[in-house]
Amino acid sequence: MAKLVEIRWHGRAGQGAKTAALTLAEAAIESNKYAQAFPEYGPERMGAPMQAFNRISDEGITVHSNVQNPSIVLILDQSLIVAKNVSVTGGVPEDGTYIVNTHLPASVMRKKLGVGANAKVYTVDATQISIDALGKNIPNTPMIGALIKTTGLLDWDLVIQETRNKLGKKFNKSIVDKNVLAMQKAYEEVRS
Amino acid sequence: MTKMIGMTGNEAVAEAMRQINPDVVAAYPITPQTEIVQIYSSFVSNGQVDTEMVTVESEHSAMSATVGASSAGARAMTATSANGLALMWEIVYICASMRLPVVMPVVNRALSGPINIHNDHSDTMGARDSGWIQIFSENAQEAYDNTVMATRISENKNVLLPTMVMMDGFIISHAMEAMTTLPDDVVKKFVGNYKPENPLLDIANPVTIGPLDLFDWYFEHKRQQAQVMIDAKSTILKVSREFGKISGRNYGLFEEYMLDDAEIAIIVIGSTAGTAKKVIKDLRANGIKAGMLKIRVFRPFPATEIVKAIKGAKAIAVMDKSDSYDAVGGPVYKDVRSAMYGKRGGKIVNYIYGLGGRDVTEQNIHSVFEDLKTIADTGKVANQVTYLGVRE
Amino acid sequence: MIPDKNKGWKDVPKAGRILDPGSAIEYETGGWRTYKPVHTKENCINCLFCWIYCPDCAIEVKDGKMVGIDYAHCKGCGICVKECPTKPEKRALVMVKEDEETGKE
Repeated sequence: MAKLVEIRWHGRAGQGAKTAALTLAEAAIESNKYAQAFPEYGPERMGAPMQAFNRISDEGITVHSNVQNPSIVLILDQSLIVAKNVSVTGGVPEDGTYIVNTHLPASVMRKKLGVGANAKVYTVDATQISIDALGKNIPNTPMIGALIKTTGLLDWDLVIQETRNKLGKKFNKSIVDKNVLAMQKAYEEVRS
Repeated sequence: MTKMIGMTGNEAVAEAMRQINPDVVAAYPITPQTEIVQIYSSFVSNGQVDTEMVTVESEHSAMSATVGASSAGARAMTATSANGLALMWEIVYICASMRLPVVMPVVNRALSGPINIHNDHSDTMGARDSGWIQIFSENAQEAYDNTVMATRISENKNVLLPTMVMMDGFIISHAMEAMTTLPDDVVKKFVGNYKPENPLLDIANPVTIGPLDLFDWYFEHKRQQAQVMIDAKSTILKVSREFGKISGRNYGLFEEYMLDDAEIAIIVIGSTAGTAKKVIKDLRANGIKAGMLKIRVFRPFPATEIVKAIKGAKAIAVMDKSDSYDAVGGPVYKDVRSAMYGKRGGKIVNYIYGLGGRDVTEQNIHSVFEDLKTIADTGKVANQVTYLGVRE
Repeated sequence: MIPDKNKGWKDVPKAGRILDPGSAIEYETGGWRTYKPVHTKENCINCLFCWIYCPDCAIEVKDGKMVGIDYAHCKGCGICVKECPTKPEKRALVMVKEDEETGKE
């Protein structure tokens, strides 16, 4: 792993991007790495486009500015790619990684994103996975599964354990199990 | 080494409060309140603390109830932010004047107009002359540490002043970072039992506190207040040293970062100091002697100590995350300049930055150091006050 | 104890706290009067209404009997006289000018 990895999450308020970023940071810290997770708070309304960020590093992190050049971008809602006032590719290096929640193949997404051959584009139908497992569209935990599978950023078993811990504080066991199941399914199904 | 855990600034401060276990927490339970008291109220509901939680109808009442509880002899706390602090205003002064050792975490956010909920220091900078001790934190770790220390500082019999513990709104309060906490018993032992001086509930020794105090005596009591703030510095340092022994983390009135031989330096408060550390490391790697002084204790203001620490620098930028709108400059700038009056030292300039949560990037800080380099090289100051990162 | 006004800021209790209970007794408000109540023992029926109503605890009572007025603290408000139920021709309490010696006009 590179010394510092910066991640940007694009979602709509209510889809759980903030919780996903926090869960990822907790899992990273549990793996003895340093990490930050912070959302960008705008209008706090269901559906409004929002962003959340992660920094994960082997060394202590002191920087407190926004992430400007993320090497990994997670898009929880395909419609954000074309949404007004949202730039999912902004600041991302040419060889950046994109993980998109969509039922469409990566080749189509690559065109939609307008990124070059150096960019790594992965897709996973996190919405369908979430609806199958939870009965609603909360694609955040499946996206963590896709992220770990494609980047190997953190130890998979540990991420599952941390997700259980984090969600267990808020939800009952049945919901936690369903989330973990969704995450595992996305881990299996993510495609380039 | 203690295992790192991930916590947001709000969680970290609520955790410190849980370990301190105050007798009374009074708080206004909705916006502009922060998650701190929300998390704390769950500790109360779960029976994890012995605190009497008083939910009140406004921030003015939150501070009033805290003052009442503290007068009665309780270890009392509240928390607030931005407009909430503004609404407390009248009682904020009274709390300090009555010499009540209340500890209040404050999440720094803009005092609005137009509406803004994001970070700057305009809320607590307005309260800088209210008679409270003010301690700023760079990150969640410091917010936690400062909350634990504030209890000891405030309750010290040579101090008996209330303390505000600040952290930057959202940037720290809502962001998760790796940090460590101390074991419950260690914090409990460190803060000790609070022994109030003249508690109203000590009915065997009735006293009157907060009486009418007119021209015959008021001035004498204000003079006492001024002196105790001067004297508080030594207690703050003593408590910080003792905290270093239990935590391994050492704090002074301010932090000097590569300042010893610095030719150009910035003076900064809060989370931006962390970003500046990265910039200074990069500059040092390129042979540029840059440094930083991060103010931790803003009230009492460590004037003589700062003068000593920055005397070697040829050019100094004082960074203010609030403006005074007085046609002169930011509050930190004026305090530093005033401290430097008649002393030998470098040129001092002011940067107003980050208002209303405007992101403060590494490039922003680089540009400040570039300006300082020019000032140091030429001895000429082009702009005394610069608005950093504003669209021209 | 009322603090000595010659004391400097280092020598007075902090924050204006009054550490001695009941110190109001040392603060004599008797000088505030224009009129004062005067008690006539022979007419008094010792109902102690005056004692109940006096806002300054200035009615002196001994063995359940009204014995006089604490002129050091009586502010001359006249409430005792107003409340006194004795007959007009045999008043137990009357207000007189502060500088007059007796209750007889």
